[in-house]
Amino acid sequence: MSDALRGVVVAHGGLALALVQEAERISGQTGVLRAVSNEGGGREEIEGRVAAAVAGEPSVVFVDMPCGSCFFAAMHLARQVDGVRVVTGVNLPMLLDFLNNRTLPPDEGAARAAVKGSDAIRKP
Amino acid sequence: MPIVLYRVDDRLVHGQVVIGWGKRLNIGFIVLLDDTVYGSDWERDLYRMGTPPEIELRFADLAEATRRHAAWRAEPANGIVLTADVATMAAFRQAAPPVERINLGGIHHKPGRTPRLPYVYLSDEEFRTLEGLQQAGTVVTAQDLPTTPAVPLEALR
Repeated sequence: MSDALRGVVVAHGGLALALVQEAERISGQTGVLRAVSNEGGGREEIEGRVAAAVAGEPSVVFVDMPCGSCFFAAMHLARQVDGVRVVTGVNLPMLLDFLNNRTLPPDEGAARAAVKGSDAIRKP
Repeated sequence: MPIVLYRVDDRLVHGQVVIGWGKRLNIGFIVLLDDTVYGSDWERDLYRMGTPPEIELRFADLAEATRRHAAWRAEPANGIVLTADVATMAAFRQAAPPVERINLGGIHHKPGRTPRLPYVYLSDEEFRTLEGLQQAGTVVTAQDLPTTPAVPLEALR
């Protein structure tokens, strides 16, 4: 088991993979974030995909919306597995900050991600 | 026309339901007919969290839904009755008629099911159950969103 938090992005269609790929391209850090799509899956199937990506490790699960199949799958898993926290409204700034702050405890890592993601939403 | 959609969707309350159908049909309430969710405060809180405030989310098991169906149909607001599987919708249809139409909105792969549409997988038993409902007067179609064409049950054979 690694000491660093695992990051799992769960989103509709191809969104999770696109976010992970761009976060890797910008940061140069590969193999840290895992992408999970809800494509073609029912509740149990999506929960299984999220569980496989988390693999029992302390993790922050980033979800696109605070509702729907991705959210429910992540929340179910977080209820069952210690050290798993959920953050909704995933965006690139949130992921990029997370990549450099993975040694935080899960609660703090998730709270920081939520703040950093919110900070990026502005009306210039 | 108070219950405007009876839908089978194993993702239950999600974007296609609350946004795709909810906006189009001007939905005031959703009845989530599911024994597991009904019996769990945690599950109910979770689904409330995922529902827009302008839509009232109600929870029922089969007995509660059977008791309340006539009252829901008499309400001025438009509503959706939502189940996760064919068996629950069929049991509801049998216990609390009438259900004029059933919408298959999302039934995904499980062992024993075969693909009928990209978003509808059915076992032979589920198909036969739906055929029985249709023979009893309920029209069964598959349609994930109101902007896509409804597919008749016969085309899912």
